[in-house]
Amino acid sequence: MEEKMMAESARLRHEYLRHDKKFPHVWCPGCGIGIVLGSLIRAIDSLGLDKDELVLASGIGCSGRLPVYVDFNTIHTTHGRALTFATGIKLANPSLTVMTVMGDGDATAIGGNHFIHAARRNLNLTAIIINNQIYGMTGGQYSPTTPYGSNSATSVYGHIEHAFSIAELAVTAGASYVARGTVYHVPALDKLIARGIEKEGFSVIEIMSNCHTQYGRRNKMPDPVTMMKWFRDQAVSVSRAAKMEAAELEGKFTIGILADRDKPSYTSEYQHIREQALHQEKKK
Amino acid sequence: MDSKQSGTISLLQGNEAIVKGALAAGCRFFAGYPITPASEIAELMSINLPKVGGTFIQMEDEIAGIGAIIGASLAGVKSLTATSGPGFSLMQENLGFACITETPCVIVNVMRGGPSTGLPTSPGQGDVMQARWGTHGIHPIVVLSVSSVLDSFEITIHAFNISEKYRIPVIILSDEVVAHTRESITIPDQTGFEEVNRIKPSVPPEWYHPYEDNSRGVPPMASFGDGYRHHVTGLVHDVHGYPTQRVDEIDAFQRRQFRKITNGFYEIQMTKSTMLDDAEIAVIAYGSVSRSALRAIKMARERGIKAGLLHLITLFPFPRQTAEQVLRQCRAVLVPEMNLGQISREVKRVNLSSKIEKINRIDGQLITPEEIFKKLLEM
Repeated sequence: MEEKMMAESARLRHEYLRHDKKFPHVWCPGCGIGIVLGSLIRAIDSLGLDKDELVLASGIGCSGRLPVYVDFNTIHTTHGRALTFATGIKLANPSLTVMTVMGDGDATAIGGNHFIHAARRNLNLTAIIINNQIYGMTGGQYSPTTPYGSNSATSVYGHIEHAFSIAELAVTAGASYVARGTVYHVPALDKLIARGIEKEGFSVIEIMSNCHTQYGRRNKMPDPVTMMKWFRDQAVSVSRAAKMEAAELEGKFTIGILADRDKPSYTSEYQHIREQALHQEKKK
Repeated sequence: MDSKQSGTISLLQGNEAIVKGALAAGCRFFAGYPITPASEIAELMSINLPKVGGTFIQMEDEIAGIGAIIGASLAGVKSLTATSGPGFSLMQENLGFACITETPCVIVNVMRGGPSTGLPTSPGQGDVMQARWGTHGIHPIVVLSVSSVLDSFEITIHAFNISEKYRIPVIILSDEVVAHTRESITIPDQTGFEEVNRIKPSVPPEWYHPYEDNSRGVPPMASFGDGYRHHVTGLVHDVHGYPTQRVDEIDAFQRRQFRKITNGFYEIQMTKSTMLDDAEIAVIAYGSVSRSALRAIKMARERGIKAGLLHLITLFPFPRQTAEQVLRQCRAVLVPEMNLGQISREVKRVNLSSKIEKINRIDGQLITPEEIFKKLLEM
């Protein structure tokens, strides 16, 4: 069994990681982003997509370094703007499968405006948001998802702002598909990502991930295992949460699919615009 | 392009002519955000692009507008955005991304008075240095200016061609007067245009190095989806497109960016000379001010003063040699601008020994032919 898993892992690495890219990667030992990378590759493999047709765009931060390792069409854009570039790529060539990977600061602070508008617009894109509740690369400053009261490099007296719930924000902004997973619940995460890529319309997969180096260390969870246990204990499935009282859910977060609804996607709507414009032109 | 060739006569605004030029050049994608006095470009693109199979999208801000056009260009589609001062300021970071990734795209800035919200419905030329140096770090860039409706059409085609040929973002500086003036122009028949497209790789994908140097300094560009899977990054990168910290690779990369533009300098630099052959004094002008200057030198000639005009179309790279000739020949040169002297500094940088005079208006008003004429009389 173990041998089979090793062989499968080797196959995926050879198939999807860039051979000419100098490893080791930039992330800290034990970082959750590596788990997300593995999940993303397994999700894509399960869908049988052609690498030539895949685009992965990122912004800036630890998550921004993910695309360089995978053998797709990849782009490492400016801070917070991955979705704007992805929008242009998708509209210019709708046959491409376009995904973005962003961090919590990237997607909801500097890129917050693009994020809610991409959800509203419902372009057929997949947004993977790795939420580690901190700015990791710059040294542990608080982000829009840093919990109230916690410590960071810029909130040493305790954080006085309240956190965004990214997945809930995406639901309200109109995304077709919204899910939340963690780097602890990995088999479930593979499926959540695969479903998001498949889904027509804007898909958001928020992934709770560990930054023990910058967040955990300052908040009594100094190693990956402690943070993994925290994800295990705080995560509540969407169905179970529906039966719980608000007080019971205090400090916890839901995992699973928060929204999966059908709306016409932007590219199919725009095709109608083209037909209408041509029709009016011919009538002249 | 010969404007007298057969075609359709149209009464157009400068902004409309930019749209016609962009479509003629093969532009099939526009993303932008409404702003006076550039909004007509977006409106007309939203009407016309879907008719030709192109795509228009109104984004949430100008940062998103330029992000989307860079993305579309990477997917192989010629792209345009248009804005004015405040929006142009917002675009600067992503403009640098287009520079470092050598992504062709065209950005129109219809200049208004500034800074900040400034004078939304009045012309200005305050963004010349911003167009050259607005994004951080060392980078080459091409900046073209338009002075009339015909220019707005023709120069937009040139802008796309230069952008594609050299893999560089090209900025078109218009101004509120050019943008909203209506003039009759002849749009030549489609077949008359030269349309330049970026060179695509011909090697098999496994041999493709997206940023490898060659004699032109312009590597062939594969689009996403072409089967040439590669990495694009705003970090300084090696020939594979991967981030590098190697000193030799960084230096070679940075220098190639400038070399490709130096190589193409004679093609990129565009100027128009009027009555310069025997001129003793000259005006160097661009944008709507060059229209007043043209009238002024004619008025001067009527008085027997040997005046000429060097009308700059390319502002950057600055047409140094052409300016040098004028400076060598004329005893005095006048540089009128709707700012406190931005191109006049460039002229001074190449100056030999001529006297350089300025007229500067910063009150949102056009510099009139009479003002220039009066100054010529004093020179």
